[in-house]
Amino acid sequence: MMNGRNKPGMTLIVKTVTRLTLGFILLYGIYVALSGHYAPGGGFAGGVIVALSFIHIMLAFGKEAALRRLHSGTLRFLVSGAALIFLWAAAVSFTGARMPFNVFNSELALPICEMVVVGGGLFAIFVALVLLSKADRDSE
Amino acid sequence: MIEIHLILVFMIAAAVVAVWVKDLLSAVVAVGAVGIGLSMAFLVLKAPDLAMMQLVVEILSLIILVRATIRKDLPFSASGRWVFNTLSTVLFFIIFLVFAHIALKDIPLFAKPEMRVSKIYIDESLTGTGAYNVVSAITTNFRVLDTLGEIAALFVAVIGILAIARRISHNKEAS
Repeated sequence: MMNGRNKPGMTLIVKTVTRLTLGFILLYGIYVALSGHYAPGGGFAGGVIVALSFIHIMLAFGKEAALRRLHSGTLRFLVSGAALIFLWAAAVSFTGARMPFNVFNSELALPICEMVVVGGGLFAIFVALVLLSKADRDSE
Repeated sequence: MIEIHLILVFMIAAAVVAVWVKDLLSAVVAVGAVGIGLSMAFLVLKAPDLAMMQLVVEILSLIILVRATIRKDLPFSASGRWVFNTLSTVLFFIIFLVFAHIALKDIPLFAKPEMRVSKIYIDESLTGTGAYNVVSAITTNFRVLDTLGEIAALFVAVIGILAIARRISHNKEAS
């Protein structure tokens, strides 16, 4: 990140542009997820954009920098927790009962849960595929 | 409707190029062209929601294909059993055409939807779900169930891939 030389990742130009545009991409993903209930978009598209922003870090700075911002334990906890909340909301809403903790069933929480699951899941798939690929393992 | 036919011809041509070209990177680019064509087709058919999702998923899959799978050591086999392959391809194509002919006779005409399915939603969604109105019943009950299936499929894929990656890293530490 300092001089761009002898570091993993791409050239200095790509790193600078990545540092400038990263927050906007992440913010746009969150906006698409939150506004998608009645407008075009939705949790899935927003989650894919969030995953793309982390993949962006990983391509530009190398995989250590990306995993330093988002540890794999944190990633696993977030994805599993959001999936459990979603499962609970979907199961309760079909029993015909008005649920006691109605905040989880609101229009704010469900797109966020979907965004976390999709974004974290796709980023995990990308990390795992890069870790699995043969050339990267041989170069270590 | 001329533009949708143009897009379809473009997509079919790109798919044929993706199958026939020798270079793997060019094949990946041609697959991306098919996805862009599908996204434009969704836009023409007045579904910007699906067009946006198709576009971002297409970008992600293109990055994954380029970064994580294109290597020089990919195993590639083009020889052997071409009689069986051709026969099975023709057989499945015939089966697909027969069933498509049967199925396409039954669906309603394009852009003339019947009210058969939506009438059930209007009549029974309030009593069936316990929501306060029909719109919230659909957005928080039926769409949530739809999304739950999507999330379950993705979650199973993530669990499987993480399990495989963990096993490989254990092997690497042991050796």
